[in-house]
Amino acid sequence: MTGPYDVEAVRRDFPILARQVGAYPLTYLDSANTSQKPQQVVDAIADHYLHHNANVARAMHVLGAEATAAFEGARTAVAEFIGAARSEEVVFTKNASEALNLAAHTLSSRLRPGDEVVVSVMEHHSNIVPWQLACERTGATLRWFDITDDGRLDIEGAVRDGLINDATKVVSLTWVSNVLGTVNPIAQVAAMAHAVGAVMVVDASQGVPQLPTSVAELGCDMLAFTGHKICGPTGIGVLWGSYDLLESLPPFLGGGEMIEVVRMTGSTYAPPPYRFEAGTQPIAQAVGLHAAIRYVSALGMDRIAAHEHDLTAYALGEMANVPGLRILGPTEAKDRGGAISFELDGVHPHDVMQLLDSRGVAVRGGHHCARPLHDRLGVQSSCRASFYLYTTRSEIDRLVEALDYTSAFFSGRLAVAGGGR
Amino acid sequence: MSVEQLYQEIILDHYRVKRNAGLRDPYLVEVHHVNPSCGDELTLRVAVSDGAVTDVSYDAQGCSISQASTSVMTDLVIGGSPEHAFELYEGFQTMIQGQGKVSLDEETYGDAVAFEGVAQFPARVKCAMLGWSAVRDALLRVQAGAKEES
Repeated sequence: MTGPYDVEAVRRDFPILARQVGAYPLTYLDSANTSQKPQQVVDAIADHYLHHNANVARAMHVLGAEATAAFEGARTAVAEFIGAARSEEVVFTKNASEALNLAAHTLSSRLRPGDEVVVSVMEHHSNIVPWQLACERTGATLRWFDITDDGRLDIEGAVRDGLINDATKVVSLTWVSNVLGTVNPIAQVAAMAHAVGAVMVVDASQGVPQLPTSVAELGCDMLAFTGHKICGPTGIGVLWGSYDLLESLPPFLGGGEMIEVVRMTGSTYAPPPYRFEAGTQPIAQAVGLHAAIRYVSALGMDRIAAHEHDLTAYALGEMANVPGLRILGPTEAKDRGGAISFELDGVHPHDVMQLLDSRGVAVRGGHHCARPLHDRLGVQSSCRASFYLYTTRSEIDRLVEALDYTSAFFSGRLAVAGGGR
Repeated sequence: MSVEQLYQEIILDHYRVKRNAGLRDPYLVEVHHVNPSCGDELTLRVAVSDGAVTDVSYDAQGCSISQASTSVMTDLVIGGSPEHAFELYEGFQTMIQGQGKVSLDEETYGDAVAFEGVAQFPARVKCAMLGWSAVRDALLRVQAGAKEES
């Protein structure tokens, strides 16, 4: 696709964006939480259920063959989309959390007391807790990257402290922070991990939807993301792993389709990816994810990334003018994703969220499943506005207007001034 | 129900100037309650003597609804019996979970009546209940401890 990015044309594919919230038009700025779905994705799922539905891999009839082709077609599409060497490297899960649990659980078969697993303080809980569980089970030790005061990964400090060393067996890091928006230098950290023989895992939940993805360029061994943040349905996630690594790992969940031969005395297991896909899979969701990948690919991931970069730079500039507003994380758009977390002086995030919601502006308030990061930043919780391929500059203007209103409301000026600026 | 009706002046007033705030001695029981969905935290102490709640002190981090609700609660509970506090808790909980169909007796509940609007916002019910749940928990522990001693 060529020509300027036509966000208004994009928005017409998302019926939900035309709805009202009370007297206000919906301003959906919670896409890092979950993205909205275009008509094309919803139609693909409906068409699957209405015309091709059957279970995959085991039904021998025409519908079974069609459903299997659709499911495996989705796998191939995902592989191409993230630059995987072969489609067998793509394992379907129910979400990114399950993908990271799969990685932690199977890699823990290699962990022993004295071994170390490295994450960072900016991780989402789903890239902390599975590794804590793995360390508890195996006696390995969990260590973590700190951040710098401007919200970047503290690589210098990590090198100084010998964070990644001969005891390191796994490094698991987020590509794009769901709170700070920081884009981490994955290739650089992967090189550090590989230099000591450690496996590099990437939580790409916020990265794959926003940036062109090549697992080869990232230099990682495993990468997890979820369908619902990239215009796909809920209920499907992906764990990509290099084939040699996946082949060396034990199963995760036991059940149908993950086996080779089952005897009462013991079983042997299917090769990847099926070894890690027990039971009936999210078939319609895979079809929906395939449609979502077609959709964003047609727009062009590089153009989506550019659109988001433009919005982020604009929002950082506009939000800086709101009195009492403090942005958490980098205040310039360089190496930054489209999620901006902030505090409003004297107003709790829950109250900010409620006031914004009363004007149709949907943001998230709380600790965004990143409690350790908030502790590190010395704040109890925050608000987050996050953008996506359908977000417009005028929506950011409405956010800023609503923030001014909120600030005035709680500082008691509302009664006097009548609100707004 | 508008957001202005949710944030009644009485609520904002208690949020700005919290009654009985701060942790004080002496106390019998201290509890720590959290709201995992938003990270609100509350440490609360109760002192009971001769069958009366003589003090409720607290240190809280949270939104205006949870802070104001805790503030109002302390005014209502201090000076009464633990049993009276349990009754107030029951009534307040029934109202706040009543989706706007239940109202409170103004004689009994005073400023707490202002929280009737919160019942229309299900996502905020937990906020309004944080202080009440903590004081109930603390007073139940006081009673359990008294039983062990007798």
